[in-house]
Amino acid sequence: MLNTRLVKDALVKRSTLLLLLISLSVVVIIAVGLTIKSIPLFEYSNIFQLLTDKVWSPMKGSFGFLPFIAGTLAVTLISLAIAIPLCVLTAVYLTEYASDALKNMMLPLVNILAAIPPVLYGVWGVLFIVPLIQLYIAPIFGVVTSGYSVLAGGIVLAVMIFPIMISIMVEVLQTIPYELKAASLSLGATKWDTIKHVILKKARPGIVAAIVLSTSRAFGETIAVLMVCGNVAKVPASIFDAGYPIPALIANNFGEMMSIPLYESALMFSALLLFVIIFVFNLISRLILRRLEGDQHG
Amino acid sequence: MHTYPSIETKESSIINPLTDPHIEIKDLNVYIDGRHILKNINLALPNNSVTSIIGPSGCGKTTLLKTLNRLVDDTKGVEITGSVLVNGEDIYGKNAEVTHIRKKMGLLSQKPYPLPMSIYDNVAYGPRIHGTRSKKELDKIVEKQLRNVALWDEVKDRLGHSASGLSIGQQQRLCLARGLAVEPEIILGDESTSALDPLSTAKIEELLIELKKDYTIVLVTHILRQARRVSDYILFVYGGEVLEFGPTEQVLLNPQNEITKQYVKGFIS
Repeated sequence: MLNTRLVKDALVKRSTLLLLLISLSVVVIIAVGLTIKSIPLFEYSNIFQLLTDKVWSPMKGSFGFLPFIAGTLAVTLISLAIAIPLCVLTAVYLTEYASDALKNMMLPLVNILAAIPPVLYGVWGVLFIVPLIQLYIAPIFGVVTSGYSVLAGGIVLAVMIFPIMISIMVEVLQTIPYELKAASLSLGATKWDTIKHVILKKARPGIVAAIVLSTSRAFGETIAVLMVCGNVAKVPASIFDAGYPIPALIANNFGEMMSIPLYESALMFSALLLFVIIFVFNLISRLILRRLEGDQHG
Repeated sequence: MHTYPSIETKESSIINPLTDPHIEIKDLNVYIDGRHILKNINLALPNNSVTSIIGPSGCGKTTLLKTLNRLVDDTKGVEITGSVLVNGEDIYGKNAEVTHIRKKMGLLSQKPYPLPMSIYDNVAYGPRIHGTRSKKELDKIVEKQLRNVALWDEVKDRLGHSASGLSIGQQQRLCLARGLAVEPEIILGDESTSALDPLSTAKIEELLIELKKDYTIVLVTHILRQARRVSDYILFVYGGEVLEFGPTEQVLLNPQNEITKQYVKGFIS
């Protein structure tokens, strides 16, 4: 009797380890596969040139990835610039000011936002955000644009990362002990003093974690961004210029024009690039998080 | 000076020994979600002395303490009637401004909750939000209050370090210094030594006894021996009502009320 239980225990331990290794190996296999497929491009041109060249013209054999890197970064940064302040304030409102009834209504609503398929956000962007930029926002700055721009991509992406950002931030803010707020309030601090100096400071590691998770999602978001940001392979000079993020490049072109030499390899390299960007980003944010947490406890 | 009427409770009538109360509670009733937590409290707490609130768990001690600095306002579903006068001013009155009231009362909670900042900034936090900007003045306040709680010598070389690096006992003294830095008139303690080791407890008790020269102190405590060591007056709360209030020795050694008698002897807790 005892024996079978021990065997079961060992079995569970081994098999869960095996499953873990399998899922981890997927990541490794992807990285290795992308690298192997990119090799023909490396043989054709050196990596420094690939990353810094501004001209993307596969027919003529020039593969500059800078426009795509810049497009990805521009769209992501714009979306974060919009989403971070809005989400922090929303989460603060929901946890500190809102009544229970409002909170119980809002949080499920936020989750519904997360469940809307990206393509619907894309349609919304094309029908609403793009004309809004073309007809109202750009003219304020005296700019003429079609509206299909990195700004449109950034706005759509910001709305798409609201749910994840808000729900994580709300979770984080809810973990702050009431006594800590009471300590600040009992000194005669107003609620806003307390939020600004105590709550947000205490919650900083969690808020950074929420931003990191949302950013990882933003980097990879494809279809909605592709529909609104113009997809012109040029480094955007302003937020009203069109851009061409890496996921859009892959989605638009994979399976087509494969007869062009090195084209497949170039797309594989762009996928590898996205992989590396996300990997490095996660690594850096992990380091920042560790330092922030160290600051609070050390 | 006003004269204050004697206190009537349902069980017994106690003559209020005080003539110069700092805090006066009149017909106070507190309901939370419809439950009657504090029932018809009438009390006068004296200046420059320590009053301990004792009573079994859930009797309303902490709620009573929280009504004094209006932290009870934050409780969901709370309803308060009656008045609490501090220096004759009703803190539940129409013109009462809650940050101003709280500034007058330092709160020392059960566990120390240092703010997520340096030792220096913890003490300087209160004065800063109330408008003190000058570095020199802040330096002076920080040193004075840290000396006040006998923490200065232990931390003077690491004022810039995070407050969470201090021991629990040191943190509690830091929290006291933080409260004193806004120059309150009243110190409220909510079982302030329950998380501390005996040595740190003794230090806090010593401090409180010393501080009563300048402050009116109200403590909630579970420990009768502590109440006896530090307090001048004892207030026994049971089921949301004040059953007995009087000088420490009288309440502990010669209680008038039958329930107080049983509690003090340890039959109910």
